[in-house]
Amino acid sequence: MKYLTRAIASATVIASMFTTSAVADKLTIATVNNGDMVRMQKLTDDFAAKHPGIELEWVTLEENILRQRVTTDVATKGGQYDVMTIGTYEVPIWGKKGWLVPLNDLPESYDVDDILPAIRGGLTVDDKLYAAPFYGESSMVMYRKDLMEKAGLEMPEAPTWDFIAKAARAMTDKKNETYGICLRGKAGWGENMAFLTATANSFGAKWFDMDWKPQFDSAAWKKTLSFYVDLMNETGPPGASSNGFNENLALFQSGKCGMWIDATVAASFVTNPKDSQVADKVGFSLAPDAGLGKRGNWLWAWSLAIPAGTEKSESAKKFVAWATSKEYLELVASKEGWANVPPGTRASLYANPEYAKVPFAKMTLDSINIADPTKPTVDPVPYVGVQFVAIPEFQGIATTVGQQFSAALAGNSTVDQALTNAQRITERAMKKAGYIK
Amino acid sequence: MATDHSRVAARFMISPAVLLLLGWMIIPLSMTIYFSFLNYNLLSPGMEEWIGFTNYEYFLTDPAFFAALGNTLLLVGGVLLITIVGGIGLALLLDQPMWGQGIVRILVIAPFFVMPTVSALVWKNMFMNPVNGLFAHAAKALGFAPFDFFAHAPLFSIIMIVAWQWLPFATLIMLTALQSLDQEQLEAAKMDGARKFNRFFHITLPHMSRAITVVILIQTIFLLSIFAEILVTTNGGPGYASTNITYLVYAQSLLQFDVGGGSAGGIVAVILANIVAFFLMRMIGKNLET
Amino acid sequence: MLSNKTDYRKLLMTLLAWSVGLLIFFPILWTILTSFKTEADAIASPPLFLSFDWTLENYTEVQERSNYFRHFWNSVVISLGSTVLGLLIAIPAAWAMAFVPAKNTKNILMWMLSTKMLPPVGVLIPIFLIFRDTGLLDTLTGLVIVLTLINLPIIVWMLYTYFKEIPGEILEAARMDGATLWSEIIHVLTPMALPGIASTMLLNIILAWNEAFWTLSLTAAKAAPLTAFIASYSSPEGLFYAKLSAASTMAIAPILIMGWFSQKQLVRGLTFGAVK
Repeated sequence: MKYLTRAIASATVIASMFTTSAVADKLTIATVNNGDMVRMQKLTDDFAAKHPGIELEWVTLEENILRQRVTTDVATKGGQYDVMTIGTYEVPIWGKKGWLVPLNDLPESYDVDDILPAIRGGLTVDDKLYAAPFYGESSMVMYRKDLMEKAGLEMPEAPTWDFIAKAARAMTDKKNETYGICLRGKAGWGENMAFLTATANSFGAKWFDMDWKPQFDSAAWKKTLSFYVDLMNETGPPGASSNGFNENLALFQSGKCGMWIDATVAASFVTNPKDSQVADKVGFSLAPDAGLGKRGNWLWAWSLAIPAGTEKSESAKKFVAWATSKEYLELVASKEGWANVPPGTRASLYANPEYAKVPFAKMTLDSINIADPTKPTVDPVPYVGVQFVAIPEFQGIATTVGQQFSAALAGNSTVDQALTNAQRITERAMKKAGYIK
Repeated sequence: MATDHSRVAARFMISPAVLLLLGWMIIPLSMTIYFSFLNYNLLSPGMEEWIGFTNYEYFLTDPAFFAALGNTLLLVGGVLLITIVGGIGLALLLDQPMWGQGIVRILVIAPFFVMPTVSALVWKNMFMNPVNGLFAHAAKALGFAPFDFFAHAPLFSIIMIVAWQWLPFATLIMLTALQSLDQEQLEAAKMDGARKFNRFFHITLPHMSRAITVVILIQTIFLLSIFAEILVTTNGGPGYASTNITYLVYAQSLLQFDVGGGSAGGIVAVILANIVAFFLMRMIGKNLET
Repeated sequence: MLSNKTDYRKLLMTLLAWSVGLLIFFPILWTILTSFKTEADAIASPPLFLSFDWTLENYTEVQERSNYFRHFWNSVVISLGSTVLGLLIAIPAAWAMAFVPAKNTKNILMWMLSTKMLPPVGVLIPIFLIFRDTGLLDTLTGLVIVLTLINLPIIVWMLYTYFKEIPGEILEAARMDGATLWSEIIHVLTPMALPGIASTMLLNIILAWNEAFWTLSLTAAKAAPLTAFIASYSSPEGLFYAKLSAASTMAIAPILIMGWFSQKQLVRGLTFGAVK
């Protein structure tokens, strides 16, 4: 018996040696088409040099298509991907279902304790880390210092919504295509609803009460949405209802926005002189509040996870560890400068004096640190997630609700109509899903 | 005149096509029907349970459904109208004697080769974008405020994009029909003193009726399932302003991952498509009878 | 010299037709032009038509980001594969329908076309599950099968309408001479039907090349064609018009060039029986 076990064991060892050395493992990596990920693709030579037996195959997709494809694949165990790029919304849900390979056995040198606690918490289920953050983000205000000065105003480090509204009005000059504020308007749970849900938190609104009853009929939501629609109509760019993160980035980079409240990662793009016409004129501040103790900033991390179905999880782990390591940050810094390092994941990065010189480093860290996914709202709620509600049904509901809010912004319906519709849509969906009777 | 032998051979030759299409239709369709009676969310596998007609009830009482139904009809009808009228006009124009007819024809048919995704992306960003689009530049140059196409006329904008893609097809069919028109008949009518206008309505147009039917049939088949253009430009919004049935089913099954609801929507869409097909086929059948 | 009324009319028509033609073609032209601009020039106001610094950097960038040639090759394999397979199945069927019509032939034909009206997204999950279980996900074989099936009705119908125009007497004459069924198909029918087959083939290649729903939903990396290539550019990252244009040009150029070179063949058979 002993002999047999040993024989099998050695056979497996030999077999595994054979597979790792002779046959190159080909990893299929699904990723989102944003700047940091595209940069990683260009740096894969470094990975190839360190792990000659592993070949990488990239599937780069636009966010919504990516999400649809990886979700279909992981839920049906399609097994098409070995590494998936997913966010803090998916990780807790998928981790709980056992769809992801836990990453608790990463090597010592990886230094998992270096990951920022807020980010790490969002990727952990029952003390198991299910995804490694590639970059983390919160949201903050990016503004044009020159225009602010011209308007005779000074941006505080922690502004209120009233100040933002005042500044936006003062900076707007529609004739010269300068719009006081650019905000997301494109429908989608990860687009306008991310911004609006986080903003609503600061106005004291919430998605559900403790009995999972939808709250769009509350005064706080009405205040949130009216504020947003009024401000955008008065000071926003044309076509705002189809602007998402990327569209606003283009607008800001071409000098058309006075302020822009959005993801902290955008800071490195708007300050990069190669792409941005306003690179040297950008200032940063925390996301605004309404004096209720919560700021309107979110928390998100694009992370790399390994679906449970893959046979190549060992190679996949090596890749995930490489892409989210300290060494990777240094590699990017050496090639593209510290400002272009994927931000928001590691405490050591913010302790680095080189990185501290980057103008948006401190504001990014502060924003991430004040976001609290476990207590996102002023009143207690039954869910976690700042700009989302971590239940499987959320993305469907929020995208439909996002359509309603987008219509309100476009002027195709009123704020009241949009909220009534949102309330009805959410009630229907929650009833269908069995949360409420 | 067909012998029994050739009849048997004919059956034998048709059967692969029929069997394959039958399989392609029945297998997934029966799975879809089954799913449509389940509470099946892709994100909660293993929790499926039989819930009867609940999915249908939710789909059919969804306000989005009626909006989508109307949009689907508008989309199909609008594109058909533009491409048929435009196609006849272009065909008449291309049929005239001119220099460089070959090149003009090449220019006109080009949009037909363009991927729907690409054409939607190009139109959305480089033409209809209210800040950097070419239309916005033109409007500003003329002293107007740029028009925000996808916010204020989303369905119309999509109709325009789709019509641009299908206009070449319609034009080509119309042109071939036009070129087969008996010139002597036209000449005779000319002799009789029939005016241009009358000649067109009494000789040319009736001659083209078959071509028009063909265009309606083929395009309807493709237009009913327009999807990429909506996904890329408006995502069905704002509100439900540009959601068609296909997109609604997509949203249900792949944005909300509600496979049960999506399947019910799919079955409803199949029934609707069959109703359209029924009328279309009768009309076509009459017109294509030989 | 333009001396008489006919010539003036011709000139007028030429001008009119050219302007309309250019107008219709303009979006494509503009995309191609923009692909050679820098990102800043691409959004310059007023727009730059020809007077900009021509650059190839967008093409380099796009190629760096995605392996164009593999996507291109996949598109070629999928379009040609599904077209050839489709023709092999459709030619006999269309032949039989055209020359040995039975009572239900019309109904079969109409039923085939009606399958094309079913919304594909309604059956995506079932097909995905079937593909997963048969190992066809992300394979060229799988895509060839699906595209063959979705375009089969169109192929059958197009061939049928074309075959129907071939006078039956010729076939009967051949039959009198003792030709067998197969030699009838090969020696008599095929040469006459060749233009129709060619044009069906071309149309089908175009449809398969541009199909974006199934090709996107059933592939990951290995079998992804150009539709997937373009999907990674479908939302902007900062300034992106020039890169988008380059990627678009690369995606449509092969089929556009093929289409232009074969437009005579394409047009000749593209009648669907519309001409009597």
